[in-house]
Amino acid sequence: MKLEYDLVIIGGGPAGLAVALEAKRNSVKDILLLERDKYLGGILPQCIHNGFGLQYFKEELTGPEYAERFIAKLNDNQIDIKTETMVIEVTTNKRIIAINRDDGLLHIQAKVIVLAMGCRERTREAIAIPGSRPAGIFTAGTAQRYINIEGYIPGREVVVLGSGDIGMIMARRMTLEGAKVKAVLEIMPFSTGLIRNKVQCLDDFNIPLKFNHTITRIEGGKRVEKVAVAQVDKNLQAIPETEEEISCDTILLSVGLIPENELTREAGIKLDPVTRGPIVNENRETEVEGIFACGNVLHVHDLADFVSEEGEIVGRAVSEYLKRNRKFRPQSIKIVPGDNIAYVVPQHIDFNVPGRKKIKIFMRVKKPAERVRINLLDDKGRVLGSYKKRIVTPGEMVSVYLPEVLLDDKLKNITISIKRD
Amino acid sequence: MKQNKIICVSCPIGCRMTVQSKDGKITSIIGNACPKGIKYAEEEFINPLRILPTTVKVIGGELPLVSVKTEKAIPKRLLLKAMTEIAEIEVKAPVEIGQVIKDDLMGTGVSLIATRNIKRVDFNLRS
Repeated sequence: MKLEYDLVIIGGGPAGLAVALEAKRNSVKDILLLERDKYLGGILPQCIHNGFGLQYFKEELTGPEYAERFIAKLNDNQIDIKTETMVIEVTTNKRIIAINRDDGLLHIQAKVIVLAMGCRERTREAIAIPGSRPAGIFTAGTAQRYINIEGYIPGREVVVLGSGDIGMIMARRMTLEGAKVKAVLEIMPFSTGLIRNKVQCLDDFNIPLKFNHTITRIEGGKRVEKVAVAQVDKNLQAIPETEEEISCDTILLSVGLIPENELTREAGIKLDPVTRGPIVNENRETEVEGIFACGNVLHVHDLADFVSEEGEIVGRAVSEYLKRNRKFRPQSIKIVPGDNIAYVVPQHIDFNVPGRKKIKIFMRVKKPAERVRINLLDDKGRVLGSYKKRIVTPGEMVSVYLPEVLLDDKLKNITISIKRD
Repeated sequence: MKQNKIICVSCPIGCRMTVQSKDGKITSIIGNACPKGIKYAEEEFINPLRILPTTVKVIGGELPLVSVKTEKAIPKRLLLKAMTEIAEIEVKAPVEIGQVIKDDLMGTGVSLIATRNIKRVDFNLRS
């Protein structure tokens, strides 16, 4: 059995699939894709709703259809695939230890590793809701898997905490399957999901969305019986006088996603405290040369389409790396988040690339704002570039193109700041 | 004179529009920031349409369900009724992506199609 590869990709979701195909297109020959589930596609097969592919394929698809577009091509391409294979360790000299039922323990040596493990949902424990510990509390994604893949209804009377996209989509899905969704609660004064989902998942079915509200207590014996909910003040603290009870048997949590970086951390690869993903350069290469990361393991994306795009950046970069075909800048340029910017990816720019005209920088804002300018500032605070945006919100990733001509050899930092126009 | 509130979903701005109408005919649309809003408000006012994604029971498949969708958008008011009809459907594995699961769903002229492949197996491999 083959245990040496040019490229090993960990994770067969949208990120890993895009890396494999794009690396192959760029003549990387020796590729192994490792996936811990029985099937490829990651979370996509359970995301049966439409809305995928509008950016990438210019056509509206469901999650399973979007995944199949990639999987079908992968099978034509003779890339080695091992499913039901769990990676338990990655080292900085690019050795991978993995296990599966057929091969037992595997020691694989790679020239390049791509981390594409995706993310995980925050749970009740992560947000510490007080109360008893009955059955009936699910993350929205777990409920989604039960309903859409395994064929179980998790409950009949539902309260959803969090107005992220998965929460809103599951509110609609549960309603369509005959459950009663009593409320969607959002602790912030704005939705963290897409407007389209607010309209088509909540408004279409008259599901109330309560801003500035949270669950203050869960009650129930064997099963959830009711929740206490309250309005919160400016510091997100519950206001006791506003507390009311809602009877329900099920609570769905859509309270954020966390990149799954246990392997990364154990390998000693440095993480960004805000994205909780590795710190990367414009090739999505971590601070360990030859180990790359992309997709939701790097930072949580709004759309699978953007994940595919990022996977392709990595696929091409892997090819350049293997060909030893790259030239470092005299010094790395740090991209620094400034006013109203929560994070930026990539965090630094390391290469001189002949013929490259611009570099796409992704960022997430802290607070919604309208009619703003995104300013790129140099070390002395001079404006290098400035981009108008009609609206920015934390729910939608913002991107700007950094023109290559601005990248002076002496430049150490570029700060990105948002100001009202 | 009747007023309907419609939130545009064409972009992240999410314009809150007001459609005024008389005897079912639009007399004015206000609150939109661009022409896309007008088009969206008209469609939403006259006949709001939605694609319906859901699942159908599979017999003899590697999984108990196959994901499906209406090939085109159907009237919004039919969504819940369509769900009760779809609940009655069973399909035999194997199922291929794009396969028509039900023709002419509730006389809409729109087919229900599979959105993934399901292989046939002799026992149900539930994970």
